[in-house]
Amino acid sequence: MKKVYSSAREALDGLLFDDMLIAAGGFGLCGIPELLLAAIRDAGTKGLTFASNNAGVDDFGIGILLQTKQVRKMMSSYVGENAEFMRQYLEGELEVEFNPQGTLAERMRAGGAGIPGFYTKTGVGTQIAEGKDHKDFDGETYIMERGIVADLAIVKAWKADDTGNLIFRKTARNFNVPAAMCGKVCVAEVEEIVPRGSLDPDHIHLPGVYVHRIVQGTHEKRIEQRTTRKKESA
Amino acid sequence: MPWDRNQMAARAAEELEDGMYVNLGIGIPTLVANYTGDKDITLQSENGMLGMGAFPFEGEEDADVINAGKQTITELDRTSYFDSATSFGMIRGGKIACAILGAMEVAENGDLANWMIPGKLVKGMGGAMDLVAGVKRVVVVMDHQNKKGESKLLKACTLPLTGAGVVDRVITNLGVFDVVDGGLKIIECADGVTEQELRAATEATIIN
Repeated sequence: MKKVYSSAREALDGLLFDDMLIAAGGFGLCGIPELLLAAIRDAGTKGLTFASNNAGVDDFGIGILLQTKQVRKMMSSYVGENAEFMRQYLEGELEVEFNPQGTLAERMRAGGAGIPGFYTKTGVGTQIAEGKDHKDFDGETYIMERGIVADLAIVKAWKADDTGNLIFRKTARNFNVPAAMCGKVCVAEVEEIVPRGSLDPDHIHLPGVYVHRIVQGTHEKRIEQRTTRKKESA
Repeated sequence: MPWDRNQMAARAAEELEDGMYVNLGIGIPTLVANYTGDKDITLQSENGMLGMGAFPFEGEEDADVINAGKQTITELDRTSYFDSATSFGMIRGGKIACAILGAMEVAENGDLANWMIPGKLVKGMGGAMDLVAGVKRVVVVMDHQNKKGESKLLKACTLPLTGAGVVDRVITNLGVFDVVDGGLKIIECADGVTEQELRAATEATIIN
């Protein structure tokens, strides 16, 4: 079965519909599926819910879909860097469900691993626990969180082979693995598609069983906080 | 003289032991890395890295190597990378020995508030709730008083909690406290701060 598509638009063909739930990889602007997000903006799909750790900045990442008012709800852990996001959120145009970062990652992983719910001590005794099932194990209290199964997962990897085996690069792996796992369908954009057999099978980060479509492209890979030190002070 | 930011960070670094895997929060906790001396400490960045190095030299920034504050950083010879679910698995699973983080309020029962102020812009808790619930030991580093001069060590937190009963030790510009049964125990006064001054500046119950 052919998994390689020639553009982000083609790779999403037939997968988008209004009011869908999309899981997106990335942390801040690192490892975000920037080409697929731009293609979703161009497709004009509305009422989107995103399970994504962050919401991008105003003109990059999920931020571009906020500008076009295509997003109805965010499931995120931190959304601080986006003025348009804050405007829509304060005006009540955008719904936000805050999830502790590890809970969000595990909800994705669990959803992809056939686990509809799990217990965690993260958030016990806080607002996050309100209305959730509590249960004691070995004398400690835990709350139940639900696995997430998304209509579509969009992720960004470094290298893929044409069967969809993925390798990520450094901290750009982040949410891409759990996001990919929880999608009913997963589309991956990569920096390079290499011939099968050229990736070491022992070094695959995400097996191709999770990845249904792949597109190669050129990535801006914007840096959110450029911090450096001077050579002479080293 | 109360401790300044760097002195607080240096004092916090004394909490770390050789061989520890540690997560440092943003602000003063980040400075702790400058004071670990000869101790073999591995820093975790919860976006998926163990063995976090210094900021890169100018021109050597890599968009794929960032810390949890989204700053460009570098890797070390011991570095490993992993996904976010694995990262919080090691946090929740108690594999990270210690987290050092800032706070808005700490209560005498160990409750911690550092993620939202009602009526103000809420940006989210990030990984703070997972960290305080999961790591073996939580050390808070913060100013003793807020900008109005009110104690941040309280009988009960007024702000929404990040974690309930999670704090083990608090290092402020005035001293060091442990959370124990019945309240806070003074462990140490900052240089030139008397115990009377410390007590007077603290709302929380002090048991010693």
